[in-house]
Amino acid sequence: MTSQTHAEAADVFNRDEARVDWHDETLWMVRTKRDRAAQAVPAWEALREAASQIKNYVLSHMHELLLEFEANATRNGITIHWATDAAEHNAIVHKILTNNQVRQLVKSKSMLTEECHLNTYLAERGVEVIDSDLGERIVQLRGEAPSHIVLPAIHLKRADVGDTFHEHLGTEAGATDPQYLTEAARQHLRQTFLTCRAALTGVNFALAETGGFVVCTNEGNADMGVHLADVHIASMGFEKIIPRAEHLGVFLRLLARSATGQPITTYSSHFHRPRPGQQLHLILVDNGRSRQLGRPDFRNSLKCIRCAACLNTCPVYRRSGGHSYHSAISGPIGSILAPNLDMRQNADLPFASTLCGSCSNVCPVKIDIHEQLYKWRQVLMQEGHGPPAKTLAMQTMAGVLASPRLYRLAGKVGRGVLRFTPVVLQNGLNPWYLQREMPAPPPQSFREWYLNPPTP
Amino acid sequence: MTTTARDQILADIRANQPAPMPLPGAFVYPMTYPDLAAQFAAVLQSVGGVAVPVADFAAIGTYLSQHFATATGVATTLPQLAHLTDVDLAQITDPHDLAGLHLAILGGQLGVAENAAIWVDERHLPPALRVLPMIAQYLALVISRADLVADMHQAYGCLDVAATGFGTFIAGPSKTADIEQSLVIGAHGARGLTVFLLP
Repeated sequence: MTSQTHAEAADVFNRDEARVDWHDETLWMVRTKRDRAAQAVPAWEALREAASQIKNYVLSHMHELLLEFEANATRNGITIHWATDAAEHNAIVHKILTNNQVRQLVKSKSMLTEECHLNTYLAERGVEVIDSDLGERIVQLRGEAPSHIVLPAIHLKRADVGDTFHEHLGTEAGATDPQYLTEAARQHLRQTFLTCRAALTGVNFALAETGGFVVCTNEGNADMGVHLADVHIASMGFEKIIPRAEHLGVFLRLLARSATGQPITTYSSHFHRPRPGQQLHLILVDNGRSRQLGRPDFRNSLKCIRCAACLNTCPVYRRSGGHSYHSAISGPIGSILAPNLDMRQNADLPFASTLCGSCSNVCPVKIDIHEQLYKWRQVLMQEGHGPPAKTLAMQTMAGVLASPRLYRLAGKVGRGVLRFTPVVLQNGLNPWYLQREMPAPPPQSFREWYLNPPTP
Repeated sequence: MTTTARDQILADIRANQPAPMPLPGAFVYPMTYPDLAAQFAAVLQSVGGVAVPVADFAAIGTYLSQHFATATGVATTLPQLAHLTDVDLAQITDPHDLAGLHLAILGGQLGVAENAAIWVDERHLPPALRVLPMIAQYLALVISRADLVADMHQAYGCLDVAATGFGTFIAGPSKTADIEQSLVIGAHGARGLTVFLLP
């Protein structure tokens, strides 16, 4: 377990009630935008089903699709690298930069590089990484991680951004106008784009048939970075492969509508060959994905297209904030991906859910997220990763429920305790009572009533 | 002999991937609009761009001279509009030399009514200057009404995405809402997008 569990970190986040309310309402607003966009497409549910089935095909033909992609991409002049884990991925990036004598890397959004902790790795080796997505740049300047996979700085207020930019970019003290602050970032990052010789992007989709890949942004930061750089590195979890370009018709219709309620992102850029004189590298990363592929209950998590609809709709995410999840990908999808990366570290995350099922209902590729959360809980308890108090309580309860005599005794004691000394249960040590009160206990159990029914 | 990362990953995938499941029989769900141009213009406006129906290239010149009257730093890849420009793209080989560009005017292969996206690839851009539509402060795209399609399925039906090394769908000007979800037009790419619709 990390130093702070989700519940403990959420507790800290909840101290500022006004900010939590704002966070909750803002993400719900994004969710309602998604609803409006989805409802404007009559065949929305059929599209989700088609996307899910295409991904079924992908999961069950992964080996063949990756070989096809590798052959076609290589023919296109893209250098393909393979990395079994985060360390290999980071070393490959570093080697490419070293070979080109580059000490500065401009990076557009890539949750994979967050997963691999690439920035820290490169910084330790004297390479400066500049995140170019506005939200990511804001959190990077603050020394924080993104709190949301699509809206990295959603935990911050405009005054926080104003303070950060005043300190790092020299904007006026106390400035809070988003237009002014965005313009300052535009000017600052334009200099970066114009001087960086290497750029790294993520990959939204890779096409097996044509050996190309697609990168989606609203800001244009991925394009500005790579089209001005001598070296383009694209980092990709291997599950982003799809068979053919025609399938993009399905995924690009779903992605932005599910993410922010836009009909499509501003830029959906398709890369097939390097620019004349440019190097184009693509790193295919496993880092536990092949293991997840082998888990029948959990492999569907690899269908994810990273839209964040499940975060925006989640009542726990909205009220606990992304940083509480202590994992690169937060929210419901992060909570079913993270235990695969490290069961012990992330054992608390599948419990950070009410299992209400809203995440599964909005997922554009129909991942059974809430069912996987439930199944992870069982796996984690069985493998001994449950919180000690909960494990003890469950073992005690199992013993009580297995013995009719103990069960009857426990019922009597429980009713007595609740009636006469409620403080034994209702105290600060029992988290259930932090926001709850118990109903009055009944005077007798059903069994007692059944054996001695009141005379009519 | 040591196993390479590639062989290891592929072996692990082969061992773990589930039994083959088929591609869906149907995955195309067309949109229908009574007026493609009207739908395209409405969506473009909602994403921060503006659609301008024009009769011919001369009308584009008139519109631009009214809206970008004093501008220098104008470039185009359309020979019909070359007289409006002061930057000759044929003379530029280094994309960094586009840093001061104010307005780029480009063609596109097709426009999509459901999301106002326009496909631009290296037939509309010099291959060395892929950054052109993003680095210009303002962008104008020129397509014909006959090149409008209803939805993304139809768009991919018309496109060969690998015909050139790079192609992109552009839908509106560059934007961000990363500061408190307040929409700001003009993040890193173009601050404005005008789409001219020829007959």
